[in-house]
Amino acid sequence: MSNKLLEIKNLTTSFRIGDDYYAAVDDVTLTLNKNEVLGIVGESGSGKSALAFSIMRLHNRAKIEGSVLLNNQDIVNMPTTNLNKLRGDDMAMIFQDPLTALNPLMEIGEQIGETLLLHNPRMTQKQRKLRVIELLNLVGIPRPEYVFEQFPHELSGGMRQRVVIAIAIANDPELLIADEPTTALDVTIQAQILDLIRKLKNEMNAGIILITHDLGVVAEMADRVAVMYAGQIVEIAEVHTLFENPLHPYTKSLLNSVPTEGQDKLHVIQGIVPSLKNLPRKGCRFAARIPWIDASAHEENPVLHEVELGHFVRCTCHAHFYFSDESKEDEKNGIS
Amino acid sequence: MAFLEVKDLQVYFPIKGGFFNRTVGHIKAVDGVSFSLEQGKTYGLVGESGSGKSTTGRAIIGLENVTSGQVLFEGKDITSMKSKTKDLRKDIQMIFQDPYSSLNPKKRVLDIIAEPLRNFENHSKQEEKKQVQDLLELVGLSPESIFKYPHQFSGGQRQRIGVARALALKPKLIIADEPVSALDVSVQAQVLNFMREIQDQLNLTYLLISHDLGIIKHMCDHIGIMYKGRYVEEGTKDEIFTNPHHIYSKRLVAAIPDINPRMREKQYRYRQEVQEEYNQSYNDYFDQEGLAYSLQSISDTHKVALPKRG
Ligand SMILES: Nc1ncnc2c1ncn2[C@@H]1O[C@H](COP(=O)(O)OP(=O)(O)OP(=O)(O)O)[C@@H](O)[C@H]1O
Ligand SMILES: Nc1ncnc2c1ncn2[C@@H]1O[C@H](COP(=O)(O)OP(=O)(O)OP(=O)(O)O)[C@@H](O)[C@H]1O
Ligand SMILES: [Mg+2]
Ligand SMILES: [Mg+2]
Repeated sequence: MSNKLLEIKNLTTSFRIGDDYYAAVDDVTLTLNKNEVLGIVGESGSGKSALAFSIMRLHNRAKIEGSVLLNNQDIVNMPTTNLNKLRGDDMAMIFQDPLTALNPLMEIGEQIGETLLLHNPRMTQKQRKLRVIELLNLVGIPRPEYVFEQFPHELSGGMRQRVVIAIAIANDPELLIADEPTTALDVTIQAQILDLIRKLKNEMNAGIILITHDLGVVAEMADRVAVMYAGQIVEIAEVHTLFENPLHPYTKSLLNSVPTEGQDKLHVIQGIVPSLKNLPRKGCRFAARIPWIDASAHEENPVLHEVELGHFVRCTCHAHFYFSDESKEDEKNGIS
Repeated sequence: MAFLEVKDLQVYFPIKGGFFNRTVGHIKAVDGVSFSLEQGKTYGLVGESGSGKSTTGRAIIGLENVTSGQVLFEGKDITSMKSKTKDLRKDIQMIFQDPYSSLNPKKRVLDIIAEPLRNFENHSKQEEKKQVQDLLELVGLSPESIFKYPHQFSGGQRQRIGVARALALKPKLIIADEPVSALDVSVQAQVLNFMREIQDQLNLTYLLISHDLGIIKHMCDHIGIMYKGRYVEEGTKDEIFTNPHHIYSKRLVAAIPDINPRMREKQYRYRQEVQEEYNQSYNDYFDQEGLAYSLQSISDTHKVALPKRG
């Protein structure tokens, strides 16, 4: 059997704005293996969550084209009853926004218990309670017996997030999509949650898609990293390669923005993130953000090029990219 | 006189239970916290999630009832709701932690950001729209966003709407609860640069709550670390990052992820060592209930929660 867990081909997810559809995820092709962590980073609004929702088929009003295969089963065209069996059992998601993922009127213990029933409908109430307490302990929630009976609004941001994590890992899913799983958590608990995710990968052979803005988390967790900009993957590479030899101008700029010691002004990418409706659909989508680069450096229809084994980068502009004077100034001031 | 002074603040939440849903105990969300802010500076509040950071911020602006203790703003006691005059409510603004639930889903961005302006200032529709568009531009959102609703934005975009709203009235103190946590690092940089710029221009003071210690390091002059409703350590940026004393602070600093993937193993081993130290010295740092002791000064600026000597 192959090691492939998830195969995404030419996935396009579009939202309706006014009378037209606009693609938030635009022709994404990806694979994820078992026992692999794929990190996804990218500008806010670049379509990371929309991609995650498409894989889980959670969008209710978006148009989805292309294919998503989990263990060779087509998710895009699967009947809803089969899909419901997959979700929460074979594939699970940790949502960026814990509040929308939780039912405000249901006690925490009951919400986690419900997920357990998906996998094992014959579990008794007592067995469920034991397992729920165990899960709350695993995600580092103090006083789990007490939290069992609390409602979401009575928990701190980070505690809610951990409840969502407990629900996601309850049934040892084969595919876990974690959308900013630890942003709301302090770094000690973050380390603990990341250990849990690693364990799911190593011991259960799970495949993990980890979406995060925290490049440190990516550096510590990911095997491979995909970088998204304006709905597209602009670079994908093995983790060491990405950090040591980033190529796409967006990737380079992103890494350059991380605060470093003794720096006054942080590096910023010029211009603003275009809204979905105004996304440039022709040519290099990043071109407007690096106007000092000669137009001839860009491809007319940028595609992903494999520049070395397993390292793909979109457009030819990377070969001609340099930071503008202003950002060079920043570099002198301490950004390496 | 300190710009803002928080004295022995306690905020308790009742635990209900039993037959009549009586109060059977309390969650001591904030349990004796004291610190003061200097005008024009940035003070960082970090710590365990659930340790009472947001509750502290919310109590300062009057969104939580203070169980005991005092909050003084420019020397005036503002602890009670009654004492929070209109001016005061304008002077202190908060950027809320949760960009989803803090924005009214039924309102357009224009109305969300203009709300404080409408409450406190009189502008023509035209001026108001212009101001809102300027604010949006400042936080890097396109001016045409004003007619959209929150659900049409990504997580990070929503967070910027919250930032724009807090800035609308040019307050003196901003309590920023995870203001950039949902943003990619470049937009994060943009918002942080901007926060610093207007700090210089307006002599703004920030109480910055964040789990991202890289950002805290970049932005803050002084830092307080909370654990279970109490302070475990307070000091200057250097004292906290290069010389953390309390075992919880050490754990925190050790847990910061390293941006170099080749450091994984080393980082892992280092964390194990600190964990070992934590296990062994736990009783030196926490009382029988697992709470931190009161703060002892170890230098002019550096305080650590340790048992009283002798
Ligand atoms: N329901 C929707 N209707 C219309 N546009 C939407 C909808 N949901 C998202 N969008 C738009 O689609 C684009 C991608 O959004 P998405 O939430 O996937 O971004 P993201 O990469 O997850 O960003 P962040 O890092 O800020 O969470 C954004 O421009 C967003 O405004
Ligand atoms: N309305 C409430 N009712 C009951 N308990 C509450 C309420 N609000 C907060 N708490 C409790 O108070 C404690 C402190 O919560 P707070 O939100 O201040 O933590 P925090 O330090 O901001 O955490 P995080 O980093 O996760 O945001 C938590 O134990 C929380 O469950
Ligand atoms: Mg998102
Ligand atoms: Mg909080």
